[in-house]
Order: sequence, then structure tokens, then C-alpha cells
Amino acid sequence: MTLALAACVAALALLPLGYIAGYTVDVGWSGVRELVLRDRVAELLWNTGRLVLGTVAACAVLGVGAAWLVQRSAVPGRRVWHVLLVAPLAVPAFVNSYAWISLLPGVDTYAGALLVVSLSYFPFVYLPVAAAFRGLDPALEETAAGLGLSGWAVFARVQLPQLRVALLGGSLLVALHLLAEFGALQMLRYATFTTAIYDQYRATFNGPGATMLAGVLVLLCLVLLLAELRLRGQRGYARTGRGAARPVRPVELRRLTGPALAGLAALVVLALGVPLYSLAHWMLAGASTGLDGGALLTTTGTTLALAAAAALATTAMALPTGWLAVRARGRVTTLLERSTYLGSSVPAIVVALALVTIAIRATPWLYQTVPLLLAAYAVLFLPRAIVTVRGAVEQSPRLYDDLAASLGCSTVERLRRVTLPLLAPGLGAGAALVFLAVVTELTATLLLAPTGTTTLATAFWSASSALEYGAAAPYAVVMVVLSAPATVLLSRDARRSLTP
Amino acid sequence: MSALTVHDLTKAFGATRVLTGVSLHVPQGGFTALLGPSGCGKTTLLRLIAGFDDPDSGTVLLGDRVVAGAGRGVPARRRGIGFVPQEGGLFPHLTVAENVTFGLPRRRRRDRARVAGLLDLVGLDAGLADRAPHQLSGGQQQRVALARALAPEPSLVLLDEPFSSLDAALREETRAAVAAALSAAGATAVLVTHDQAEALSMADQVAVLRGGRLVQLTDPRTLYRLPGDLDVATFVGEAVVLDAEVRDGRAHCALGVLPLGRDCPDGRARVLLRPEQLRLSAPEPTAPSARVRGIDFYGHDSRVWLDLPGGLAVSARLEGADLPAEGDDVSIAVLGTALPFPSGPRPARQDDRPPPRPVADVHLESPVAAPAGPAAG
Repeated sequence: MTLALAACVAALALLPLGYIAGYTVDVGWSGVRELVLRDRVAELLWNTGRLVLGTVAACAVLGVGAAWLVQRSAVPGRRVWHVLLVAPLAVPAFVNSYAWISLLPGVDTYAGALLVVSLSYFPFVYLPVAAAFRGLDPALEETAAGLGLSGWAVFARVQLPQLRVALLGGSLLVALHLLAEFGALQMLRYATFTTAIYDQYRATFNGPGATMLAGVLVLLCLVLLLAELRLRGQRGYARTGRGAARPVRPVELRRLTGPALAGLAALVVLALGVPLYSLAHWMLAGASTGLDGGALLTTTGTTLALAAAAALATTAMALPTGWLAVRARGRVTTLLERSTYLGSSVPAIVVALALVTIAIRATPWLYQTVPLLLAAYAVLFLPRAIVTVRGAVEQSPRLYDDLAASLGCSTVERLRRVTLPLLAPGLGAGAALVFLAVVTELTATLLLAPTGTTTLATAFWSASSALEYGAAAPYAVVMVVLSAPATVLLSRDARRSLTP
Repeated sequence: MSALTVHDLTKAFGATRVLTGVSLHVPQGGFTALLGPSGCGKTTLLRLIAGFDDPDSGTVLLGDRVVAGAGRGVPARRRGIGFVPQEGGLFPHLTVAENVTFGLPRRRRRDRARVAGLLDLVGLDAGLADRAPHQLSGGQQQRVALARALAPEPSLVLLDEPFSSLDAALREETRAAVAAALSAAGATAVLVTHDQAEALSMADQVAVLRGGRLVQLTDPRTLYRLPGDLDVATFVGEAVVLDAEVRDGRAHCALGVLPLGRDCPDGRARVLLRPEQLRLSAPEPTAPSARVRGIDFYGHDSRVWLDLPGGLAVSARLEGADLPAEGDDVSIAVLGTALPFPSGPRPARQDDRPPPRPVADVHLESPVAAPAGPAAG
């Protein structure tokens, strides 16, 4: 029973991927050649490739540098800096793009795109690397220093190898997010696969062109995902000793304190200050032309309702998979769990495109309805819920069931008195993660929302696409405010919440 | 409280046979230890008794009620068996009081006096009642787990290695408190353990399991003095095992001519001594002699490693501060009797168990006849 439910969930998660694969087979080799081997695709590949490589490199440098300063050096105000460096995650990338291009219309170039998305994404590297720095045993560094290594050699030969997994993991996350990024790049008028798919879709609705572009994009994602999977196998280096590690004695910066502070300040100003300033600026500008409070309230209400429904549905769907992954660990259940991860690695634009097409063909009565939108949210955000549900089920081992039985509880009583109370916090956390993700979801909502249903993201999008920056600002502010709690969660437990 | 009778219990997981024909009787109010190394099937046996798993064949009786086997299986919740798992297994979302009263009917769960009484039974202060489990020490958690198991007045209490996660000092104290609580409650109890000292000191009956079979079931003293075979002998305590020739009811071995603890046919045999039976004195020409190779000093007593002239090594356990020095030549006297195990062709056995691992060969290859020691885990 549980297995059948989990299988249904996995099937839903794999639906978009299956659609792309099936379509490719239908089109056949000649069709693929005609649609894919084009100058346009080559241009998109070049654009996407150089943006991904550039962003990953920039994020790695920014992330590792900032993490070292905050975790290992004696730079003043380390706790404050930590929060400030995670805070950019509360600003959705497309809001960040809007903030920049509305102030500086000239950032619609490769360099501009590189700057903006790096500022949005570097926390994805910063967080796991900072966590890894925290996990490093200072005894190793002391041992290395005792063996005569210089400070720089200790970093290169002792710390960096231990950070490798965290750094690669963060970089892959940046790359995967970037491949799926649509709003930010569309706003900056930087053409990549996602924006090209969207334009094709707008022009020809569901032409083979869009689907084939989606196929190439999915292929790129799968390559990265494969790298991620291989990396997970070798995640982390464990401390060999027992007991708690001693606290770290931070490295004194002396004369370099000034430059270090200036560097961190510049990063925070660019990543956080600019968007916040821009939002404030446009809020004021917009206020002079009149703020439509009623519309803002309705839209916020709609968004919250959608997010709550999605959180509920997605968590419920995650339950069978998460339960089986712990209680009935085996090949089949691992396969089901991985399927949902695989499904949600597909960019939102592709998920939306696939669901639109499938709905129109197979279930026209579902097209442009809330359930279809919720299905898209579920496909995209299932892993977040599954990871937390899984963790919760691990907190409720079988032993408790046995004990409750030996104390005279029936199955129903066991569920009520033991299992559910133990699962509740995990289920709540999973639902909260999905909720917050849906609040700022743009791409799938844009394609799938029923006519007349506007969310904060789509209202913001239509206003800013029409260059009504002042009208867009209030929606962005509400999104940022709603995302802030998620940022707090992330700054607490970097690794778990970051890995999709 | 009722007696527990296990008859011819067999259980396999897939192709792996975990229990084979185990029969066991625990009298009402008795305390039986299931002793065996890891993987011998003792936890499986416990789970079958508790009703968490079903046996492939055989029966489990509580008093004269069949709870498993013979075509019926009473579910765990209707067996009235208390269970104390390894790490306590307190429900983390409930307070101590809520844990203790978990198995009681709803209206009796609020009875603070009952909670206090149960905590008192296991030697805990009633002030702990409102703590969360994670605020307790490991030993306290185990005691709360026992109180929880005893609260519904079960017919039988099962304890699955409840002390193994505690450190040495806490273990002693918790053992004493648990033993006291069990006897105060007059509970029939079965304790699973791989620690021979725990089994010998706490239980009034020890069942030794090996490879899914019951090897010996007897009281602790008999088990230590008259182990069924040399494997059991070395598992339940340190041992000195020597090759010997039995003639006219006496064993002729490297430590001289020793009286036997039981009848044995003439011929080759292996004899068992305990290290505390060996006494050392200044060299005498008539007594068997040895040279002191090393001394492990424990404070309350010491282990002295001795090289015998034939290349054999034995150990002696000595009390007091009057110890020889390393390299000294000493004479060895043996107190009491040696327990013979005939080697050579064995009489036909009743079961089809393979013969015990030949300790003799091991001992000849490396000339250390002792101590197999308290086998850990």
C-alpha cells in the first residue's frame, strides 16, 4: 500500500522527464538533428556554458574566502557577518536582477549577468564551506603546523582537501540552479536555454523547438546530477577521534584586518545593500503614484493559500517515500526516493512545459487549474519535504513501535501516541520549506497558473516586465519579508536544507 | 507473574538459521540470564518471547497460556510482557512521568502517587517525574525504562542488554538498582547479555547460547565450576586448560597430579583449572616449577603470567600484595580439583551439534593456555 503510493509519487516526479524522453524518441534522430544541431543551440550552449563556468568560479572564490574569514580568522563581528552573508538568499534572484537593472540599465551584458547571479548564488557555496570549516578538527592544523608547514601550506594541504567535498557540492548546486534560472536572466535579457524555451513557448505554444531545447537543458542537468551523486558517495571526512573537537583559535589578521573588513563589506553591500536600496527607492517612487493596497493584499492572500496547499500536498506525498526510505530500506525504495530527486532536478520551465503539454493532450479539464499547478510545485519541491520527512522517521525507529506494543497499544493507538507526535516536527519543517519555496516560485507559476490567478511573483513579473518598477516593488518587498524566515533556517543548518 | 516456558523454538531469517530448537524454562519469580557472544541469537529469542517476531516452529508459554506457536500467535500488546531495550528507548516526546505511565489505562495515567511509587521502586527521586528523557543520565534512563516496563504489572520482564551502553561505574550501580527493583516487584525476568560477569552476578539461572542453540542451562555457580564444554568454560571466565593423562581417577599434567572434579575414563583428556586455583611459593624441588614472565597488577588482585618448563604458559590470579617479581622462579600448587574433558573419540552425542572448537590445537600452536578471559562483545 505504502509502496504503491510511493510509486505513484515517483511516477509523477518522473513525468516531465519521461515526456521529454518520449518526445525525443517520437521526433526521431533526423528530427533531433534538425532541431538541435543549429547555430541557435550552439549560441545558447556558449552563453549558458560561459555563464555557468564564470558564476561557479566567482561563487567558489567568494564563498571560500568569506567562509574562511568568518569561520577561521579573527575578523571583528563574525556572527553578524555570517548572517549578512546568508541573507542574500532571502532575495530571490529575479528580484536581485530587477534591483540592478532598474538602477543600472547597462547590466544586461555577460559581465552584468555574471555579477548579478554570482551575488545571488555565492551563499550556496558559502554555507556548506562554512559548515565544513566548522567541522574541521583544529588538531589537524596544529599537527601540520607542528610538522613545519607555513600558514598558506596548511590551508592548501590540510584545509582545502577537507573542504573539497563541500566546495564541489556547493559549486554543483550553483550550476544546477543556474541552469534552471529563468527570471533573473530574462530580466537581464541574457539569452540561455531557459529564456529561449520560454520565448519559443510564447511564440509557438508547444512547438517541437521548445521541447528539444528542454531536452538539451535536461541533459546538461543530468550530467551535473550524476556528478553530484558520485560526490555524495564520498561526502565528508569524519573525525577519527572521539569526543568534541576543541574550539578553534582564530587566525589574527593584524594589518590585513582593514582590507578583510572592506572586502566583506563590499560583498554585503553589493549582494544585499543594492537590492534593498533599490527596493526602497522604487517603493518610494511607486508610493508617489499610489500603491494599490487592495491588489497587493489579494495577491498575497492567493500566494499564501497556494503555498499552504502546496506545502500540505507535497508533505503528504513525501510521507510514503520518506517512510519507506527508512523503514524498508532496499533497492526498490532507494530507487523510488532517487526518482523524486531526479524528477525535481529538471528546471521549472521544463516541468511546466511538460505538464502544460501533457494536460492539454491527455486531461484538458486539468489545464489551467490549481491542482495542475500544485502538481508542478510537488515535482519541483518534493525532495525538500522528503529529506525532512526522512529525518523525522529516523527519529522514530521501530523500537518505539515494539515498545508501545509491549505496553499494550494497538496499531491505531501507536500511531496516535507515538509515531505522529514524533513525526510532527519534521513534517512541519518539511511543509515550511515547501511553503517558502512556493512563495517565491516564478517560472512554473507563470506558465501554469489559472487565468486570473496572480501570485506575488507573477504580479511582480508582469509589472517589472512592463518597466513599471515602482508598481513591482511592493510585491518584491513582501516576497523578501516572507523569505526571511527560511534564511534563518538555512543559516542554522547549512547542509541539510541546502541540498535539494 | 508467571513462569516462562520455551519449547523447541526455531527461527530463520531468509536462509540464515538464527535459532535452532531452543528449550528453556524460567520459573515464576526467577531471574534468568541469556548469555552468549554477539550474533548467537539471544536478542532474536527475546523478540520471539516478546511477540515482536513470530517463530518458525516451537512454542512459547506464559504460565500455561500458549502465546506463540501451535498455530496461534498472541500479539505483543496482549502478552503482558515488559520490555527494556538496550538504550532505554524512552519516548523522547514524553516526560518521565508520561513514559512511566504509558502502558497504564488512561484514567490511571494521571496518578502522581503511582508515578512516585514506580520511580521509588527503581531507586529514582520523584522529582525527576517532569524531566524530559534527554535530561537524564544513561543509568537513570534505564531505570525509568524499567519502571515503565513494570508499571502495567507484566507477567514477565525482558531486558535486552540494558547495561551495555553505560560506563563501568554507572553499570554496577544501575545493575544493583535494577536487581533490587525486580526482586521487590517479584518479577519473572529474562536478561540478555554478552557480559559473563553480569550474567553470573545477577541471575539465578544462566542459559548459554551459542550459534543459535542452547548449550547449557544451570545456576551460575554450577556453570562456572562445571561448564558443559571447554568453549563454555572459557566464555564464562578465565581458564587454564592443560593436556592431561587420566589414570585411576587422577589427572597427570604439567602442573603435577591433580584430583578430578568428576569421573572420567582413563586416557587422554584436557583439564580445566581457574587461574585463582593456582598458588605460588618459593621454589621447591618436588613441586612443579615455573618462571614469572609478567604481572598485570589490578590493585585488588593481580594476574601473574607463568612460563612452564615445557614451553606452556599459564596464568594465576593472586590476591594481596605478596607478589613475585618478573623473572622469579616459583613453584605452583593447585587448590581444589581439575575438571576433565575427555579428548579422543567422543561418546555418541544426543544432538547433531558439531564438536566444540578444538581449544587444544590453538593452545599447542601458541603455547598460551590461558586466559580466554571474559569474552567481550
